[in-house]
Amino acid sequence: MKVKFWGVRGSIPSPGPKTVRYGGNTTCIEVRTDNNELIILDGGTGIFPLSQTLLKELPVTAHIFNTHSHWDHIQGLPFFIPIFIPGNQITLHGSFDPISGEGPERIMAVQMQYSYFPVREAEMKSRIEYLVSMPNEPVDVGSATITPVLLNHPVVNLGYRIDCNGKSVFFTGDHEPHTNIYDPEDEGFAEYQSLIEEQRRSIVEAIRGVDVLIADSAYTVEEYPAKKGWGHGTFDSCIELAQAAGAKILYCTHHEPTRSDDDLEKVFAEALARHPEAAGNMDIRLAREGEEVVI
Amino acid sequence: MTETSAELTKKLSAAVEKMPAFPKSVQRILELARDMNCQPKELVMVIEKDPVMTMKLLRILNSAYYSFPKQITSVNQSVVYLGLNTIKNMALSFAAMGVLPQQNAAGFDIQRYLMHSLTTASLARMLCQKFGKGDIDPTDCYIAGLLHDFGKVVFAQFMPAEFKEALALSSEQATSLHVAEKKIIGADHSLVGAMLVEKWQFPESLTDTIRNHHSEISPDNTLQSCLFVADQISKKLSMGDSGNLLVEELSPALVARFGGDMDDVIARLGDLSKVVEEARTFTKGAEA
Repeated sequence: MKVKFWGVRGSIPSPGPKTVRYGGNTTCIEVRTDNNELIILDGGTGIFPLSQTLLKELPVTAHIFNTHSHWDHIQGLPFFIPIFIPGNQITLHGSFDPISGEGPERIMAVQMQYSYFPVREAEMKSRIEYLVSMPNEPVDVGSATITPVLLNHPVVNLGYRIDCNGKSVFFTGDHEPHTNIYDPEDEGFAEYQSLIEEQRRSIVEAIRGVDVLIADSAYTVEEYPAKKGWGHGTFDSCIELAQAAGAKILYCTHHEPTRSDDDLEKVFAEALARHPEAAGNMDIRLAREGEEVVI
Repeated sequence: MTETSAELTKKLSAAVEKMPAFPKSVQRILELARDMNCQPKELVMVIEKDPVMTMKLLRILNSAYYSFPKQITSVNQSVVYLGLNTIKNMALSFAAMGVLPQQNAAGFDIQRYLMHSLTTASLARMLCQKFGKGDIDPTDCYIAGLLHDFGKVVFAQFMPAEFKEALALSSEQATSLHVAEKKIIGADHSLVGAMLVEKWQFPESLTDTIRNHHSEISPDNTLQSCLFVADQISKKLSMGDSGNLLVEELSPALVARFGGDMDDVIARLGDLSKVVEEARTFTKGAEA
């Protein structure tokens, strides 16, 4: 399998001289199976440069797995050129939204309204299919099996595990480790704690033994208290998750839009220094736009 | 009742989707949603004190779209699985449907119904904590108590004329309301409540408990026996009622299970004023 990062930035695209090395595009990861089947994780702005490379391999069959519907994970989708070209087959997988009662079709319908985008949804010339991803219900894409896992974010967020020929990748999308909503002296504290521990264990099991874990490490531990409940992890929480699950390579992603390349390397190094054992046991890297890893 | 139960369930299930929640919880949800710093636990407390909101939330969570490893029976579980913000927005969408009217054409007192449901829920949880054998989660007893009479509020809302007749028959002839419902409507609230939760894929134990809460209770079934005893205590101590004032005695088997008759059980539960007080804060109407 091959994994290539096309967008590693969280929240909003952040081009400029201070983000040249790690890139300014929002979340998009290309995964190629050994049979060259195309799986795309999220459609942030990174999907636009990816889509340009696909024009030389038409017709395209692509399975896009959307972790959740926030802008930085969907905003590139209307610019995914293959959707406009007849003969292409695109499948958009995503969760069911309990508020609107709709599935991933809503992601395109909402963005492609005429006042926001010049081309209407009905004018997409490729064949587009929308499939609801259900937690813990694996789907097959060619030689790969993709298993959605429910994680924790202000909107329903699915992490995806991709298994193919004995190799595996897990992408969290956006995820904040669960915290107890009760105070220790409250009656509900113990019950809630056991619920979140059970959920944490099931997440660790879903990631167990992956070759590559790509995880949301938006914040530093110092920044986190002010951002609690915003739905993102820290470098430290990602390292701990990777360690618990026995991942071989951890990529930290969803970089803060205001964090310069220099600062990113600095806070990353500090987090590694806090976890010397983990840093010795596994390969921990910063996700960088354009980087490709073969497993 | 001329319709088949499947048709009736379908019709009532669609109706419940549009059913508004109780005034106080709607008011609180709107207040909490305006407050950026609202305490998550407060939000949970409001939802789990409203049978309509709880029912709607669990209905969506247990739907085929989320194949959770186990069925969801508590609001806290919902928050852990789908996240606080999603649950908050779901509650807001329930609140946006307005409030359940204080007066309904059936003349059914929804405040007393809510008092009865809340106190039965709390008592069932207490009983489970005190007399349970560790086989049942006290939270499941709470949910069973909160939802056991849900069929009645559905009748009052969607079959008011028939339900009014059943209420009148029950009080004139001093018979249990479920008997009168069967006579007039053809199905009683326990059957309708169970049909709904069954359709919505709630856990089988909860469906069975709602369906059988007027049947003979097996003392070995902790969930059913805790609900039954809680239901009777709530009525006996006039904590609330939902149109049925008749208090049923505990069978000899239940007396053996709980180590005494109803008065003994009440005495062993200790001070219950908190149960009533807590329920009351949620049943006072929202200020218009």
